[in-house]
Amino acid sequence: MNQDSTKISLTNRSKVVSNKKMTLMERFYLPAIFKGMIITFKHFFKKDVTFQYPEEKRPFADIYRGLHVLKLDDEGRERCTACGLCALACPAEAITMVAAERKEDEKDLYREEKYAATYEINMLRCIFCGDCESACPKEAIFLTNRTVPSEYKRDSFVYGKDVLVEKKNARIDVSKRQTPEVLAFKKDKSKSHNK
Amino acid sequence: MNIDFILYKLLFAVIILMLSLVVAMYATLAERKVAGFFQDRLGPNRAGIFGLLQPVADGVKLFFKEEFMPAKADKVLYILGPCLTMLVALLSSAVIPWGDTLIIGGKEFALQMADVNIGVLYTFAVVSIGVYGVMIGGWASNNKYALMGSVRAASQMISYELAMSMSIVTIVMTSGSLSLNEIVSQQHGMNWNVFTQPIGFVVFLICAFAECNRSPFDLPECETELIGGYHTEYSSMKLGFYLFSEYINMFIASAMISTLYFGGYNFPFMNELGLSHNWISIIGTLVLMAKIFFFVFVFMWVRWTLPRFRYDQLMRFGWKGLMPWAFINMIVTGFFYMLIKRGF
Amino acid sequence: MLSHYLFFFLSAVALISAMMVLLSKKPIHSVLYLTLTFFTLAGHYILLNAQFLAVVHIIVYAGAIMVLFLFTVMLLNLNIEGEFPKSTLMKFVSAIAGGMIFLVLIGTLKSFEVTTIGNPELTQIGLVKNLGKILYSDYILPFELSSILFLSAMVGAVMLGKKDKN
Repeated sequence: MNQDSTKISLTNRSKVVSNKKMTLMERFYLPAIFKGMIITFKHFFKKDVTFQYPEEKRPFADIYRGLHVLKLDDEGRERCTACGLCALACPAEAITMVAAERKEDEKDLYREEKYAATYEINMLRCIFCGDCESACPKEAIFLTNRTVPSEYKRDSFVYGKDVLVEKKNARIDVSKRQTPEVLAFKKDKSKSHNK
Repeated sequence: MNIDFILYKLLFAVIILMLSLVVAMYATLAERKVAGFFQDRLGPNRAGIFGLLQPVADGVKLFFKEEFMPAKADKVLYILGPCLTMLVALLSSAVIPWGDTLIIGGKEFALQMADVNIGVLYTFAVVSIGVYGVMIGGWASNNKYALMGSVRAASQMISYELAMSMSIVTIVMTSGSLSLNEIVSQQHGMNWNVFTQPIGFVVFLICAFAECNRSPFDLPECETELIGGYHTEYSSMKLGFYLFSEYINMFIASAMISTLYFGGYNFPFMNELGLSHNWISIIGTLVLMAKIFFFVFVFMWVRWTLPRFRYDQLMRFGWKGLMPWAFINMIVTGFFYMLIKRGF
Repeated sequence: MLSHYLFFFLSAVALISAMMVLLSKKPIHSVLYLTLTFFTLAGHYILLNAQFLAVVHIIVYAGAIMVLFLFTVMLLNLNIEGEFPKSTLMKFVSAIAGGMIFLVLIGTLKSFEVTTIGNPELTQIGLVKNLGKILYSDYILPFELSSILFLSAMVGAVMLGKKDKN
């Protein structure tokens, strides 16, 4: 072992363990036991850290990386153009999509001429790293502070567009994670990922 | 032997048994609640308000679980094991004085099942046959972990029985009686034995932990080494009996501690209050209950504070730690008692 | 009257379980039947108003000695297959030995006279106080001698259990 490694201390709570011979008083153990019991007794009156889950939910951070959403733009058209950058960026290979061309009468459904006919994320593969969000050039996919609910079958964890695309009448706010700084970072040509 | 005496004894027996069972039932809830509070959690609180229906829910769950019996188990002994454990756990409540006497209609009714003049020895006997249930169950399961657990349990109980008896012998020496009722009535007011016998009390308390297989002496049923110990193969209500008898044992052990060392139903200023005999008796019983619940809490408190002993540590502590102290305590007490008696 | 019925019940249980000690196939059952026999004997002591003897009987025999028996039998794991081989000679010898014990029993029973014992409720000899007084006055020497015997046995056990230094 490196001699210096013992001197590095990350917290000041660490104690040096020694094998010294115990004094007579220490060998009775009873004082130490009482000390321990007083410590546990103090905890008896401490505030509980429990969240009563279904009624009471732990507040998530605004930038929590949970269940994905495919955003619509302000006019309610899908932003995604099925460029496939998210699937490419995904380290877990959880994203698949099939691209299709927009028809003339679908202009109010899709923002650009190409769109994702199917868009699937396998939530069992997804590691919620957020790389898809960073990779997306169209600000179409975001992770949100919602969680993936449990299911009975593995197949039900493959989420399609019916779940992922946000509803027109129930928009999901991602403004907290789409700050000007984030947008500037994504547009910055000097960064390697934008080249 | 008139008829109302028999009726009274029957009624009292039923009450005491029900009391032990109900207390044990709610001790399971209390244990989980206390564990929760010690660990900054809440404990069960979904079944009923404050989780008051949790024991019922647990009981229903145990009843409806599958009755499983290992193929090569000894069928009779497999069933006998938990029954015996339960029986023995309930037996010792017979000699504990739950209160003073009640005078109803000129007749005196003792709040004790049987005031035998060998009450202390009776509890010894019950404790010593408590080993059988565990041993039989562990052996009949035909499982090496279960056998291991039962062997551990038996050797632990036998080892700690000695120091325990030694500390009670000191109490018997000072009070000059083997009757629990006599021992309690000698501790009138505040003359509790714990003040004259502090070492004996500590030894008795530690041995009580060991006899109940409670932490830090819970190696017979430790999950990490023996996947549950002697009740590894048990399921359904047979397992329930084993788990339940642990709580009954805890209740009875607390009652014994209160009786032998903390004055039983006696409480300070019981003469100065100027209440009638019956009221004093009722308050005394309540006080005894309060003492018992305090010690049940201590049992739980210790369980959630101290880690488990290693097997060799357990044996060394029992034989080399507790036994000499119990011996010294006994000899010193005997010496002083002789000095006082002889009037030197 | 009740004690009469209790006496017959306990005697029946004692005899049956004593027989079962010999007849049961598994050694562990034999041990447990023996324990049951001890319990019935304790019951008899209580019927004779000797509570102290009864309880001590349970503590010593059922609580300590039989537990040790149980221990050994459990750990030896004696099965029916592992039964000791019995040769014809062995059977012959054991039959003679058993028969002689039987003869001795018959001989003693023949010279036994039925004595009427007074009501056991009135004899207080089995109670702790009286027993203690007798033990520490009339029988002080045998009592102390047996305690010395126990002490030497304890010392011997410790010596045997001690680790050999070599």
